[in-house]
Amino acid sequence: MEGELAHIGAGLAAIGSGFAAIGVGNVAGNYLAGALRNPSAAAGQTATLFIGLAFAEALGIFAFLVSLLLMFAV
Amino acid sequence: MTQVAIEPETKGGLVFHPLDQFIVKPAFGDGAVNWYTVTNLTVWMGIILLAIFAVFVLGSRGRAIIPSRVQSIGELMYGFIYKMIEDITGKDGVKYFPYIMTLFVFILFANFIALIPMSYSPTSMIAVTATLGFGSFVAITILGFVKHGASFLKLFWMSDAPLFLRPIIAVIEVISYLVRPVSLSIRLGGNIAAGHVVLKVFAGFAALAVASPAAILGIIAIYGLEVLVAGIQAYVFTILICVYLKDALHPHH
Repeated sequence: MEGELAHIGAGLAAIGSGFAAIGVGNVAGNYLAGALRNPSAAAGQTATLFIGLAFAEALGIFAFLVSLLLMFAV
Repeated sequence: MTQVAIEPETKGGLVFHPLDQFIVKPAFGDGAVNWYTVTNLTVWMGIILLAIFAVFVLGSRGRAIIPSRVQSIGELMYGFIYKMIEDITGKDGVKYFPYIMTLFVFILFANFIALIPMSYSPTSMIAVTATLGFGSFVAITILGFVKHGASFLKLFWMSDAPLFLRPIIAVIEVISYLVRPVSLSIRLGGNIAAGHVVLKVFAGFAALAVASPAAILGIIAIYGLEVLVAGIQAYVFTILICVYLKDALHPHH
């Protein structure tokens, strides 16, 4: 029984990667909106873009990690 | 990832062992893994070091005015990281260029060599990435205290905020500071591990005759994405180390 519950939990944890996708899309979309308005300032902000993407993406990876732990380590 | 023992399941036609690729086992012969055992992880780390040596030492040995192809790869990476440190940490961060360059080159080569089929990916092990992340974190924190003494703690004390809010913000700042190495190491390890798991899952689908054309196209697409991720994760790791180094060198906002 516990094994099945862990699998359900793993599936629920995987929903988190969807929310991380929303975050990543937000970062990239806002960057693009700003970059198209002022293309000359865009090149200087790519580093910030990647840092933002990494922060947003890391939380999705945490969700993935939790579901992996539930699948195989619990 | 951590060492996960998986029972072989042989029910049905589809057999998925997406996490078997991360098992650490002795490279030569069988037996228990001790601290001195040469494992597949050790072997692939050695290959990575040899590749770095080949590009940066043997490739640039001529020191030609007109660089050869291998030498220009090395020069491009060198210039890229140098400019990154200068832009983010400022002139006084250039002193720490060798360490940051080492980090970047090791992670980049590890990520790319891990994409060779049948290879082992060291950066997907939390043990490896946590060593890099926590090592850098401890070094940078010590550096901050050595450079600024107790006034390094002003990093957590926002002098712009209203007085009654400052203790609360300080607590939050300390927590976010302490979480940095965790997120740094799990981001790198998790990204690489997740990519390899996805590749293996698609490879499992390829065993089904109906799904195999789609699966092969999927593998090609995901592989391209993984090449991108391998570069971006090395870049992000290094740039975050640069940002943290800047905090240690200039803690006053």
